Amino acid sequence: MKCECMKQQSDLSLLEPVLAEYAAVPGSLITILQHAQEIYGYLPTDVIYHVAERTGTTPARVLGVATFYTQFRFQPVGKYLIMLCDGTACHVNGSARIAAAVQEYLHVENGGTTEDGLFSFSIVACLGCCSLSPVMMINGDTYGSLTPEQVLEIIKDIQAKEAAE
Amino acid sequence: MSMRIAVGQGSCGIAAGAQKVAQALRPLLEGTGIPLGTVGCIGMCWLEPIVDLYENDTLKARLVRVQPRHAEAIAEAAKTGDLSGVADLTITPDDSAFLEQQTRIALRNCGIIDPESIESAKAAGGYSAIGRILSKEHGMTPEDVIECIKVSGLAGRGGAGFPTWFKWNAARQSEGEEKYLICNADEGDPGAFMDRAVIESDPHTLIEGMLIGAYAIGAQEAIVYVRAEYPLAIKRLENAISDAREAGYIGKNILGSDFSCEFRIKAGAGAFVCGEETALIESLQGQRGMPRLKPPFPAAAGYWYKPSNINNVETYANVAWIINNGGEAFAAMGTEDSKGTKVFALTGKIRRGGLVEIPMGMTLRQVIFDIGGGIRDGKAFKAVQMGGPSGGCIPASLLDTVIDYKKLAATGAIMGSGGMVVMDESTCMVSMAKFFLDFTAKESCGKCVHCRIGTKRLQEILSRIVSGEGREGDIELLEELCNAVRDGALCGLGQTAPNPVLSTLRYFRDEFEAHITDKRCPAHACTDLLHYSIDAEKCRGCTACARNCPVYAISGAVREAHSIDPNACIHCGRCKAVCKFGAVTVD
Repeated sequence: MKCECMKQQSDLSLLEPVLAEYAAVPGSLITILQHAQEIYGYLPTDVIYHVAERTGTTPARVLGVATFYTQFRFQPVGKYLIMLCDGTACHVNGSARIAAAVQEYLHVENGGTTEDGLFSFSIVACLGCCSLSPVMMINGDTYGSLTPEQVLEIIKDIQAKEAAE
Repeated sequence: MSMRIAVGQGSCGIAAGAQKVAQALRPLLEGTGIPLGTVGCIGMCWLEPIVDLYENDTLKARLVRVQPRHAEAIAEAAKTGDLSGVADLTITPDDSAFLEQQTRIALRNCGIIDPESIESAKAAGGYSAIGRILSKEHGMTPEDVIECIKVSGLAGRGGAGFPTWFKWNAARQSEGEEKYLICNADEGDPGAFMDRAVIESDPHTLIEGMLIGAYAIGAQEAIVYVRAEYPLAIKRLENAISDAREAGYIGKNILGSDFSCEFRIKAGAGAFVCGEETALIESLQGQRGMPRLKPPFPAAAGYWYKPSNINNVETYANVAWIINNGGEAFAAMGTEDSKGTKVFALTGKIRRGGLVEIPMGMTLRQVIFDIGGGIRDGKAFKAVQMGGPSGGCIPASLLDTVIDYKKLAATGAIMGSGGMVVMDESTCMVSMAKFFLDFTAKESCGKCVHCRIGTKRLQEILSRIVSGEGREGDIELLEELCNAVRDGALCGLGQTAPNPVLSTLRYFRDEFEAHITDKRCPAHACTDLLHYSIDAEKCRGCTACARNCPVYAISGAVREAHSIDPNACIHCGRCKAVCKFGAVTVD
């Protein structure tokens, strides 16, 4: 089987302003990758190669840095990214039950994306809203003091909104 | 009479709906001349959203758990000054006591000033300390500043508790023109959120503290390393830095002096180990965040191998207060070895969870019961976890322990960054130990063998214990391995990773034994070890349990006692949840 990972064709010109600003600044690799992920939603392989070339390093080093940090993803994510906190306070206050409810309802594993591409689900370390535990964040909005029923309501609201569009 | 309204909008307030409350209030206040302001987090998270009514800049009423539907009553109260319409929302004296028992230095402006206005910060005394230091008449030399911090006894609030003046002095003494001052705002401890609150609620206090530090060590550049998970904190800090630059507090020749300092923010990308200072520096340089061997310490060779100083947010937040009030005033609070105040994030099964700043020397009991109001839902206190994955659990018998670096360390826990997660009788301590090892095993950077493999093996042993497959000798094996990891690991993450296991073994050994020998979880938390059965006396044969059992493990005729097949049961607990007669028992 031939390797197909370079068949991706991302629009590399989108990254040009970022590279123009940071490519020559030492220590900026993480910043460049953060911008790249904002542009493409994840880090496609051809983008990683391109960043390596433009910053004068190897793809292995870029990938080594990217895989070290939990923020970076290598697969496209759904339109809505559900981040469920499993920090200590959320854990003690039953985040596992919330996780089970989401996974059962959406049929999605931790780190996975639903078939319709609408939701990605990820269990993350502390979001820092411990007094509202259990907490989740969907696309930057925080929801606190969750119960399994509430979580499903929130998800169903999003589904209804999407269906209407 | 001049009234104004302030809505608390930190991350937790917003999550509880504060923005919607503000949106509902805005049109109602149009044309009334009553300003609607934003403040950060007051730290009374269990009462969010919170709306404060001020009359002539004095707090007239604090309204709690406000919903958008209350907007009209609030607007009316602000217009007329008559509070009877919002009496139901007004905070109770019992809840107010939460704040009254605190002494706030690092959090002095949080929830009071507008975090998006430099004028508001200046009105509260912001930038007066750096102004004094740089003034021609009563100025202070860098050595004076370091001496003042030395007198105060301020120690690193990020966890290690290292004397701040010592680090500053070492960086000052290091050879070289190019120096850096770094703020560690990579608050990764699950259960701690005071750094987020400070940045979101009072960013100028952090900037001023860092400016003073930069002046003391001779740095020309200051960098704040913030977690990417804190978008609001990053936004407010960016805004504050730009305002401070415009006002002449950042940049070249600050306030007309010879002192110049640039500021920038670097967003972390999610790695707990980056809270370790040398790992943080590696990450700042765009590398994998793996700790360096020490020495050399960052004071000699840090960012780009230049002399650097790193402190945590809370540490810097104390600095301007110390300069303004004198080192002695700070040192007057606290105990023999621990001076000043410390902020704790009180969470878990506590009645009043939030941010608590108290002088060192108070007891845990005072913080958890007097300030926090004790355990909620009428359950019994079991333990408090302090110091996150590097800390330990303190049992009820040690609740009178005094909060100070040494006394806490003697219990097997640590001060840490100030996370205080309270647990009740329904929390299984073995499962808690496993939770922390799951975390450290995942977050181990992999550089040294003891941490990389040791935490993984510890996690495996704990996993088998909570799933009922613990073996005789596992406790001894855990202890041996814990000691090896502690002694052999390269950095703080690995060296302290065994603490949650060692401290639970020390105080809750019987729970480990119950899991291993009796295959029983005393807290009824480990699902694999639960045994469900039906009390034939109480069962009315309504069939609800049998109909809801996902694996058809329950059998019995209508109106006759049912029974559960223990071999088929998957311990999901649905039968217990649906039984109206309390006939399903678990042990």
